[in-house]
Amino acid sequence: MDFTYHVEGGDFTNAGSTSSQVKRMLKKIGVSPEIVKKTVVALYEAEVNIVAHAYRGDIFVSLEDDRVTIVLSDEGPGIPDIDRAMQKGYSTASPKVREMGFGAGMGLPNIKNNSDILNIKSEVGKGTTIEFTNFFFAQ
Amino acid sequence: MTIREITDLVQGEVLCGEERAGDEVACVFASDLMSDVLTLKDVDNLMLLTGLCNLQSVRTCEMSDINYMLVVRGKEVTEDMLELAEDNDMVIVRTKYSMFKTSGILYAAGLPPVY
Repeated sequence: MDFTYHVEGGDFTNAGSTSSQVKRMLKKIGVSPEIVKKTVVALYEAEVNIVAHAYRGDIFVSLEDDRVTIVLSDEGPGIPDIDRAMQKGYSTASPKVREMGFGAGMGLPNIKNNSDILNIKSEVGKGTTIEFTNFFFAQ
Repeated sequence: MTIREITDLVQGEVLCGEERAGDEVACVFASDLMSDVLTLKDVDNLMLLTGLCNLQSVRTCEMSDINYMLVVRGKEVTEDMLELAEDNDMVIVRTKYSMFKTSGILYAAGLPPVY
């Protein structure tokens, strides 16, 4: 099963609504609470990143028997130095993002800690694509 | 300690989820940084104590499976926050006390921290 969601940059009111829908869906199909939580925490951080940094983005969720794969693809400024962005505490977030309780440079490390497979591709001036997979059972 | 007892200790009010005010809270985490809240692993019966009062603080609880939230400094809890909290069976309590005072009272009353 595949699902697609759209996210608008700067729309803080709706930030997290996709994560909320995905959470309900994963619970409904009987994924364990631990895996649901780790998946939606990673997704929520990534969704907030689109709202905080990009102009717009799409979220593709693909469900298979043993795993969920989520691809977040945005049009935005891109990340010039991914290694640096992965370091805890490094942030380029605006004051508005910080007011929302984010922007402390924990987003990407949090996504990494809550995903089994993570790939980040970014092109400066074009956008960023984050793809992560979580397995429903221990590998 | 129950939510009702906590509410009395901080002279607060239950804004939503009154029917769950008898639930037991096992521990408390105090933070305005939602990314920090999202790192918590064991959140069974945890209460989030926060001064960050917006839709994202409720969303963070939703994603983290945190059912109890205590808002400090008497901040305004909006209708859409309450709606989202109710959709997720959450309890929101509000106190006029500061984060420091609220933390001190609850800690002294025996509620443990997460770490």
